[in-house]
Amino acid sequence: MQHTSTQDTLVGLFVASGIAGLFFLALQVSNLSSFTAHDTYTLTARFENSGGLKVKSPVSSAGVKIGQVSSISFDPKTYESVVKLSIDKQYSTLPDDTTASVYTAGLLGEQYVNLDAGGSDEFLKDGGNIDVTNSAIILEKAIGQFLFKSAADEKK
Amino acid sequence: MIELLQNLGRNTRTSFTKLGRGTFFLLQTTSGILSVLPRPRLLLNQMHSIGVLSFLIITISGLFVGMVLGLQGYYILSDFGAEETLGVMVAASLVRELGPVVSALLFAGRAGSALTAEIGLMKATEQLSGMEMMAVDPIKRIISPRFLAGFLSMPLLAALFSAVGIIGGQIVGSGLLGVDEGAYWSQMRANIDFQDDIVNGVIKSIVFGFVASWIALFEGYDAIPTSEGVSRATTRTVVNSAFSILGLDFILTALMFGD
Repeated sequence: MQHTSTQDTLVGLFVASGIAGLFFLALQVSNLSSFTAHDTYTLTARFENSGGLKVKSPVSSAGVKIGQVSSISFDPKTYESVVKLSIDKQYSTLPDDTTASVYTAGLLGEQYVNLDAGGSDEFLKDGGNIDVTNSAIILEKAIGQFLFKSAADEKK
Repeated sequence: MIELLQNLGRNTRTSFTKLGRGTFFLLQTTSGILSVLPRPRLLLNQMHSIGVLSFLIITISGLFVGMVLGLQGYYILSDFGAEETLGVMVAASLVRELGPVVSALLFAGRAGSALTAEIGLMKATEQLSGMEMMAVDPIKRIISPRFLAGFLSMPLLAALFSAVGIIGGQIVGSGLLGVDEGAYWSQMRANIDFQDDIVNGVIKSIVFGFVASWIALFEGYDAIPTSEGVSRATTRTVVNSAFSILGLDFILTALMFGD
Protein backbone atom coordinates (compact mmCIF):
# COMPACT_ATOMS: atom_id res chain seq x y z
CA MET A 1 0.00 0.00 0.00
CA GLN A 2 1.18 3.49 -0.80
CA HIS A 3 2.01 5.45 2.28
CA THR A 4 1.77 9.19 2.41
CA SER A 5 2.25 11.74 5.12
CA THR A 6 -1.50 12.44 5.05
CA GLN A 7 -2.04 8.88 6.18
CA ASP A 8 0.37 9.36 9.05
CA THR A 9 -1.45 12.50 10.11
CA LEU A 10 -4.81 10.72 9.97
CA VAL A 11 -3.56 7.82 12.07
CA GLY A 12 -2.07 10.30 14.52
CA LEU A 13 -5.36 12.16 14.75
CA PHE A 14 -7.26 8.91 15.22
CA VAL A 15 -5.02 7.70 18.06
CA ALA A 16 -5.05 11.14 19.69
CA SER A 17 -8.83 11.38 19.57
CA GLY A 18 -9.19 7.83 20.93
CA ILE A 19 -6.92 8.65 23.85
CA ALA A 20 -8.76 11.95 24.34
CA GLY A 21 -11.99 9.91 24.52
CA LEU A 22 -10.48 7.69 27.21
CA PHE A 23 -9.33 10.73 29.18
CA PHE A 24 -12.76 12.30 28.82
CA LEU A 25 -14.36 9.14 30.23
CA ALA A 26 -11.86 8.95 33.07
CA LEU A 27 -11.89 12.58 34.16
CA GLN A 28 -15.22 14.01 33.08
CA VAL A 29 -17.55 11.05 33.42
CA SER A 30 -16.24 8.97 36.29
CA ASN A 31 -15.51 9.81 39.90
CA LEU A 32 -11.76 9.50 39.38
CA SER A 33 -11.12 13.23 39.73
CA SER A 34 -13.34 13.77 42.76
CA PHE A 35 -12.13 10.93 44.93
CA THR A 36 -8.91 9.33 43.84
CA ALA A 37 -6.80 6.90 45.78
CA HIS A 38 -5.67 9.29 48.49
CA ASP A 39 -4.03 7.76 51.49
CA THR A 40 -6.70 6.60 53.85
CA TYR A 41 -6.93 5.32 57.39
CA THR A 42 -9.47 2.90 58.79
CA LEU A 43 -11.97 3.37 61.59
CA THR A 44 -14.39 0.78 62.90
CA ALA A 45 -17.93 1.53 63.95
CA ARG A 46 -20.36 -1.01 65.41
CA PHE A 47 -24.02 -0.47 64.67
CA GLU A 48 -27.00 -2.25 66.15
CA ASN A 49 -28.44 -2.10 62.65
CA SER A 50 -26.64 -0.72 59.61
CA GLY A 51 -29.77 -0.78 57.43
CA GLY A 52 -29.20 -0.53 53.69
CA LEU A 53 -25.59 0.59 53.98
CA LYS A 54 -23.34 -0.85 51.26
CA VAL A 55 -19.64 -1.15 50.63
CA LYS A 56 -18.53 2.11 48.95
CA SER A 57 -21.36 4.11 50.53
CA PRO A 58 -20.08 7.59 51.29
CA VAL A 59 -18.89 8.70 54.71
CA SER A 60 -19.46 12.37 55.28
CA SER A 61 -19.06 14.90 58.00
CA ALA A 62 -20.91 18.21 58.02
CA GLY A 63 -22.18 17.31 54.55
CA VAL A 64 -18.73 16.87 52.98
CA LYS A 65 -17.60 13.49 51.73
CA ILE A 66 -14.50 12.46 53.64
CA GLY A 67 -14.30 8.72 52.95
CA GLN A 68 -16.21 5.59 52.13
CA VAL A 69 -17.37 2.33 53.69
CA SER A 70 -14.76 -0.35 53.01
CA SER A 71 -16.43 -3.42 54.51
CA ILE A 72 -19.53 -4.48 56.41
CA SER A 73 -19.67 -7.68 58.40
CA PHE A 74 -21.81 -9.29 61.08
CA ASP A 75 -20.29 -10.04 64.47
CA PRO A 76 -21.79 -13.37 65.62
CA LYS A 77 -20.81 -12.74 69.28
CA THR A 78 -22.36 -9.35 69.89
CA TYR A 79 -24.95 -9.55 67.06
CA GLU A 80 -23.85 -6.18 65.77
CA SER A 81 -22.95 -4.94 62.34
CA VAL A 82 -19.24 -4.11 62.09
CA VAL A 83 -18.65 -1.33 59.55
CA LYS A 84 -15.12 -0.38 58.53
CA LEU A 85 -14.74 3.16 57.25
CA SER A 86 -11.76 4.32 55.24
CA ILE A 87 -11.27 8.02 55.80
CA ASP A 88 -9.05 10.31 53.78
CA LYS A 89 -5.71 10.93 55.55
CA GLN A 90 -6.10 14.70 55.33
CA TYR A 91 -9.04 14.50 57.76
CA SER A 92 -7.05 12.85 60.54
CA THR A 93 -8.23 15.12 63.31
CA LEU A 94 -11.55 13.53 64.20
CA PRO A 95 -12.03 13.61 68.02
CA ASP A 96 -12.30 10.20 69.72
CA ASP A 97 -15.84 10.92 70.92
CA THR A 98 -17.13 11.31 67.35
CA THR A 99 -20.63 9.95 66.77
CA ALA A 100 -21.35 7.78 63.72
CA SER A 101 -24.91 7.60 62.40
CA VAL A 102 -26.46 5.95 59.37
CA TYR A 103 -28.56 8.50 57.52
CA THR A 104 -30.52 8.46 54.30
CA ALA A 105 -29.88 10.98 51.55
CA GLY A 106 -33.32 12.02 50.34
CA LEU A 107 -36.51 10.08 50.92
CA LEU A 108 -35.63 7.06 48.77
CA GLY A 109 -31.95 7.84 48.38
CA GLU A 110 -28.92 5.84 49.32
CA GLN A 111 -27.73 5.52 52.88
CA TYR A 112 -24.51 7.00 54.15
CA VAL A 113 -22.52 7.26 57.35
CA ASN A 114 -22.46 10.66 58.98
CA LEU A 115 -19.75 11.51 61.49
CA ASP A 116 -20.51 14.19 64.05
CA ALA A 117 -17.35 15.48 65.65
CA GLY A 118 -17.34 15.57 69.45
CA GLY A 119 -15.42 17.89 71.76
CA SER A 120 -12.55 15.69 72.91
CA ASP A 121 -8.91 16.72 72.54
CA GLU A 122 -7.81 13.18 71.68
CA PHE A 123 -7.98 12.22 67.99
CA LEU A 124 -9.04 8.90 66.49
CA LYS A 125 -6.08 6.91 65.17
CA ASP A 126 -5.79 4.39 62.34
CA GLY A 127 -7.71 1.25 63.33
CA GLY A 128 -9.55 3.12 66.08
CA ASN A 129 -13.12 2.47 67.19
CA ILE A 130 -16.04 4.87 67.09
CA ASP A 131 -17.89 4.09 70.32
CA VAL A 132 -21.03 6.17 69.99
CA THR A 133 -23.22 5.06 67.09
CA ASN A 134 -26.79 5.60 65.99
CA SER A 135 -28.46 2.86 63.95
CA ALA A 136 -30.19 3.32 60.67
CA ILE A 137 -33.81 4.30 60.90
CA ILE A 138 -35.85 1.47 59.44
CA LEU A 139 -38.92 3.05 57.90
CA GLU A 140 -41.22 0.06 58.50
CA LYS A 141 -40.23 -0.08 62.14
CA ALA A 142 -40.81 3.65 62.62
CA ILE A 143 -44.22 3.51 60.93
CA GLY A 144 -45.14 0.45 62.99
CA GLN A 145 -44.22 2.18 66.23
CA PHE A 146 -46.11 5.30 65.22
CA LEU A 147 -49.28 3.35 64.38
CA PHE A 148 -49.00 1.33 67.60
CA LYS A 149 -48.59 4.51 69.61
CA SER A 150 -51.52 6.32 67.98
CA ALA A 151 -53.72 3.25 68.50
CA ALA A 152 -52.75 3.18 72.16
CA ASP A 153 -53.53 6.89 72.46
CA GLU A 154 -56.98 6.41 71.03
CA LYS A 155 -57.83 3.72 73.59
CA LYS A 156 -57.31 6.06 76.49
CA MET B 1 -30.85 -42.39 10.19
CA ILE B 2 -27.30 -43.71 9.90
CA GLU B 3 -26.61 -40.97 7.41
CA LEU B 4 -27.88 -38.36 9.87
CA LEU B 5 -25.52 -39.64 12.55
CA GLN B 6 -22.67 -39.74 10.06
CA ASN B 7 -23.34 -36.15 9.08
CA LEU B 8 -23.55 -35.09 12.69
CA GLY B 9 -20.24 -36.77 13.45
CA ARG B 10 -18.58 -35.28 10.40
CA ASN B 11 -19.82 -31.79 11.15
CA THR B 12 -18.72 -31.97 14.78
CA ARG B 13 -15.32 -33.17 13.67
CA THR B 14 -14.98 -30.45 11.04
CA SER B 15 -15.87 -27.74 13.50
CA PHE B 16 -13.37 -29.02 16.06
CA THR B 17 -10.70 -29.25 13.37
CA LYS B 18 -11.49 -25.68 12.40
CA LEU B 19 -11.26 -24.52 15.99
CA GLY B 20 -7.91 -26.27 16.26
CA ARG B 21 -6.64 -24.62 13.10
CA GLY B 22 -7.94 -21.31 14.39
CA THR B 23 -6.06 -21.69 17.68
CA PHE B 24 -2.86 -22.64 15.85
CA PHE B 25 -3.36 -19.63 13.58
CA LEU B 26 -3.80 -17.39 16.62
CA LEU B 27 -0.56 -18.67 18.15
CA GLN B 28 1.33 -18.07 14.90
CA THR B 29 -0.16 -14.60 14.61
CA THR B 30 0.69 -13.56 18.16
CA SER B 31 4.23 -14.86 17.82
CA GLY B 32 4.47 -12.90 14.55
CA ILE B 33 3.64 -9.66 16.36
CA LEU B 34 7.24 -9.39 17.56
CA SER B 35 8.47 -9.12 13.99
CA VAL B 36 5.97 -6.30 13.32
CA LEU B 37 7.52 -4.03 15.93
CA PRO B 38 10.71 -3.27 13.96
CA ARG B 39 8.54 -2.31 10.99
CA PRO B 40 5.99 0.18 12.34
CA ARG B 41 5.10 1.29 8.81
CA LEU B 42 3.14 -1.94 8.28
CA LEU B 43 1.21 -1.33 11.47
CA LEU B 44 0.56 2.30 10.56
CA ASN B 45 -0.94 1.38 7.19
CA GLN B 46 -3.28 -1.05 8.88
CA MET B 47 -4.22 1.39 11.65
CA HIS B 48 -5.28 3.66 8.83
CA SER B 49 -7.47 1.16 7.02
CA ILE B 50 -8.90 -0.42 10.19
CA GLY B 51 -9.06 2.45 12.67
CA VAL B 52 -9.22 5.72 10.76
CA LEU B 53 -11.70 4.47 8.19
CA SER B 54 -13.99 3.15 10.96
CA PHE B 55 -13.78 6.47 12.79
CA LEU B 56 -16.72 8.09 11.03
CA ILE B 57 -19.21 5.24 11.36
CA ILE B 58 -18.29 4.81 15.03
CA THR B 59 -18.63 8.47 16.00
CA ILE B 60 -21.86 9.03 14.08
CA SER B 61 -23.46 5.87 15.46
CA GLY B 62 -22.25 6.81 18.93
CA LEU B 63 -23.81 10.23 18.65
CA PHE B 64 -27.17 8.84 17.59
CA VAL B 65 -27.17 6.03 20.15
CA GLY B 66 -26.46 8.60 22.86
CA MET B 67 -29.21 10.87 21.59
CA VAL B 68 -31.73 8.03 21.55
CA LEU B 69 -30.72 7.03 25.07
CA GLY B 70 -31.19 10.65 26.14
CA LEU B 71 -34.71 10.76 24.68
CA GLN B 72 -35.89 7.37 25.92
CA GLY B 73 -34.29 7.83 29.31
CA TYR B 74 -35.91 11.22 29.70
CA TYR B 75 -39.41 9.91 28.92
CA ILE B 76 -39.10 7.13 31.50
CA LEU B 77 -37.23 9.05 34.18
CA SER B 78 -39.54 12.07 34.02
CA ASP B 79 -42.40 9.78 35.06
CA PHE B 80 -40.59 9.41 38.37
CA GLY B 81 -39.44 13.00 38.53
CA ALA B 82 -35.85 11.81 38.27
CA GLU B 83 -34.68 13.61 35.12
CA GLU B 84 -31.47 14.61 36.91
CA THR B 85 -30.26 11.02 36.83
CA LEU B 86 -30.44 11.01 33.02
CA GLY B 87 -26.68 11.48 32.87
CA VAL B 88 -26.06 8.41 35.01
CA MET B 89 -28.37 6.31 32.88
CA VAL B 90 -26.83 7.40 29.59
CA ALA B 91 -23.24 7.12 30.81
CA ALA B 92 -23.67 3.79 32.61
CA SER B 93 -25.39 2.09 29.71
CA LEU B 94 -22.85 3.44 27.22
CA VAL B 95 -19.70 2.82 29.21
CA ARG B 96 -20.69 -0.61 30.50
CA GLU B 97 -22.52 -2.18 27.60
CA LEU B 98 -23.39 -0.25 24.48
CA GLY B 99 -20.01 1.36 23.93
CA PRO B 100 -17.96 -1.84 23.77
CA VAL B 101 -20.67 -4.05 22.23
CA VAL B 102 -22.11 -1.81 19.54
CA SER B 103 -18.74 -0.49 18.47
CA ALA B 104 -17.43 -4.08 18.31
CA LEU B 105 -20.39 -5.09 16.13
CA LEU B 106 -19.82 -2.10 13.87
CA PHE B 107 -16.11 -2.87 13.84
CA ALA B 108 -16.80 -6.47 12.78
CA GLY B 109 -19.11 -5.23 10.05
CA ARG B 110 -16.93 -2.39 8.80
CA ALA B 111 -13.34 -3.54 9.35
CA GLY B 112 -13.71 -7.28 9.95
CA SER B 113 -15.52 -8.05 6.73
CA ALA B 114 -13.01 -5.93 4.77
CA LEU B 115 -10.12 -7.84 6.34
CA THR B 116 -11.65 -11.20 5.50
CA ALA B 117 -12.37 -10.20 1.92
CA GLU B 118 -8.89 -8.75 1.47
CA ILE B 119 -7.06 -11.78 2.80
CA GLY B 120 -9.43 -14.22 1.11
CA LEU B 121 -8.77 -12.51 -2.21
CA MET B 122 -5.04 -12.53 -1.58
CA LYS B 123 -5.33 -16.25 -1.08
CA ALA B 124 -7.56 -16.75 -4.13
CA THR B 125 -5.16 -14.81 -6.34
CA GLU B 126 -2.22 -16.79 -4.90
CA GLN B 127 -0.53 -13.73 -3.46
CA LEU B 128 0.00 -15.54 -0.17
CA SER B 129 1.62 -18.53 -1.91
CA GLY B 130 3.69 -16.06 -3.94
CA MET B 131 5.03 -14.56 -0.75
CA GLU B 132 5.91 -17.99 0.57
CA MET B 133 7.78 -18.66 -2.67
CA MET B 134 9.83 -15.54 -1.97
CA ALA B 135 10.53 -16.79 1.55
CA VAL B 136 8.36 -14.07 3.10
CA ASP B 137 6.16 -15.41 5.86
CA PRO B 138 2.62 -14.17 4.99
CA ILE B 139 1.60 -14.52 8.64
CA LYS B 140 4.30 -12.10 9.74
CA ARG B 141 3.99 -9.78 6.75
CA ILE B 142 0.20 -9.70 6.26
CA ILE B 143 -1.69 -11.15 9.21
CA SER B 144 0.14 -10.00 12.34
CA PRO B 145 0.14 -6.25 11.51
CA ARG B 146 -3.58 -6.40 10.83
CA PHE B 147 -4.23 -8.30 14.02
CA LEU B 148 -2.22 -5.84 16.09
CA ALA B 149 -3.93 -2.89 14.41
CA GLY B 150 -7.40 -4.28 15.12
CA PHE B 151 -6.44 -5.10 18.68
CA LEU B 152 -5.15 -1.56 19.28
CA SER B 153 -7.91 0.29 17.43
CA MET B 154 -10.88 -1.36 19.13
CA PRO B 155 -10.48 0.14 22.64
CA LEU B 156 -9.92 3.58 21.11
CA LEU B 157 -13.02 3.24 18.95
CA ALA B 158 -15.12 2.04 21.90
CA ALA B 159 -13.93 4.93 24.08
CA LEU B 160 -14.78 7.37 21.29
CA PHE B 161 -18.21 5.77 20.89
CA SER B 162 -18.98 6.16 24.61
CA ALA B 163 -17.60 9.69 24.84
CA VAL B 164 -19.49 10.92 21.77
CA GLY B 165 -22.64 9.13 22.99
CA ILE B 166 -22.50 10.83 26.38
CA ILE B 167 -22.14 14.20 24.68
CA GLY B 168 -25.07 13.28 22.39
CA GLY B 169 -27.19 12.41 25.42
CA GLN B 170 -26.27 15.75 26.93
CA ILE B 171 -27.21 17.63 23.74
CA VAL B 172 -30.66 16.04 23.69
CA GLY B 173 -31.17 15.97 27.46
CA SER B 174 -30.20 19.48 28.41
CA GLY B 175 -30.33 21.12 25.00
CA LEU B 176 -33.79 20.00 23.88
CA LEU B 177 -35.55 18.60 26.92
CA GLY B 178 -34.35 20.97 29.62
CA VAL B 179 -32.51 18.70 32.04
CA ASP B 180 -30.18 20.78 34.16
CA GLU B 181 -26.71 20.56 32.63
CA GLY B 182 -24.90 20.72 35.95
CA ALA B 183 -27.05 17.92 37.36
CA TYR B 184 -26.42 15.81 34.25
CA TRP B 185 -22.66 15.91 34.75
CA SER B 186 -22.46 15.93 38.54
CA GLN B 187 -24.86 12.99 38.99
CA MET B 188 -22.88 11.13 36.37
CA ARG B 189 -19.58 11.83 38.10
CA ALA B 190 -20.99 10.80 41.46
CA ASN B 191 -22.28 7.47 40.25
CA ILE B 192 -19.90 6.23 37.58
CA ASP B 193 -16.96 4.49 39.16
CA PHE B 194 -13.61 4.59 37.38
CA GLN B 195 -12.55 1.09 38.33
CA ASP B 196 -15.90 -0.68 38.08
CA ASP B 197 -17.36 1.01 35.04
CA ILE B 198 -14.70 2.61 32.85
CA VAL B 199 -11.88 0.10 33.30
CA ASN B 200 -14.24 -2.86 32.90
CA GLY B 201 -15.67 -1.28 29.75
CA VAL B 202 -12.17 -0.87 28.33
CA ILE B 203 -11.30 -4.49 29.20
CA LYS B 204 -14.44 -5.58 27.39
CA SER B 205 -13.51 -3.64 24.28
CA ILE B 206 -9.98 -5.09 24.31
CA VAL B 207 -11.41 -8.61 24.47
CA PHE B 208 -13.87 -7.85 21.67
CA GLY B 209 -11.15 -6.32 19.51
CA PHE B 210 -9.02 -9.42 20.01
CA VAL B 211 -11.85 -11.82 19.14
CA ALA B 212 -13.23 -9.81 16.21
CA SER B 213 -9.82 -9.41 14.54
CA TRP B 214 -8.96 -13.06 15.16
CA ILE B 215 -12.18 -14.29 13.57
CA ALA B 216 -11.92 -11.91 10.61
CA LEU B 217 -8.31 -12.80 9.83
CA PHE B 218 -8.76 -16.52 10.34
CA GLU B 219 -11.86 -16.70 8.16
CA GLY B 220 -9.97 -14.90 5.41
CA TYR B 221 -6.90 -17.07 5.78
CA ASP B 222 -8.99 -20.23 5.91
CA ALA B 223 -11.34 -19.28 3.05
CA ILE B 224 -11.80 -21.60 0.09
CA PRO B 225 -9.84 -19.75 -2.61
CA THR B 226 -12.74 -19.12 -4.97
CA SER B 227 -14.99 -16.10 -5.29
CA GLU B 228 -17.82 -18.03 -3.67
CA GLY B 229 -15.55 -19.18 -0.86
CA VAL B 230 -14.46 -15.62 -0.14
CA SER B 231 -18.04 -14.38 -0.08
CA ARG B 232 -19.02 -17.16 2.34
CA ALA B 233 -16.04 -16.42 4.53
CA THR B 234 -17.03 -12.76 4.70
CA THR B 235 -20.55 -13.71 5.78
CA ARG B 236 -19.18 -16.10 8.38
CA THR B 237 -16.94 -13.36 9.77
CA VAL B 238 -19.85 -11.06 10.47
CA VAL B 239 -22.09 -13.81 11.84
CA ASN B 240 -19.45 -15.48 14.01
CA SER B 241 -18.11 -12.18 15.30
CA ALA B 242 -21.59 -11.07 16.31
CA PHE B 243 -22.22 -14.37 18.12
CA SER B 244 -18.89 -14.35 19.91
CA ILE B 245 -19.12 -10.70 20.89
CA LEU B 246 -22.60 -11.02 22.34
CA GLY B 247 -21.85 -14.33 24.05
CA LEU B 248 -18.60 -13.08 25.53
CA ASP B 249 -20.36 -9.90 26.62
CA PHE B 250 -22.72 -11.94 28.76
CA ILE B 251 -19.86 -13.88 30.34
CA LEU B 252 -17.78 -10.75 30.96
CA THR B 253 -20.74 -8.86 32.42
CA ALA B 254 -21.50 -11.76 34.76
CA LEU B 255 -17.86 -11.82 35.88
CA MET B 256 -17.39 -8.06 36.22
CA PHE B 257 -20.57 -6.55 37.54
CA GLY B 258 -21.67 -9.18 40.06
CA ASP B 259 -21.98 -7.09 43.19
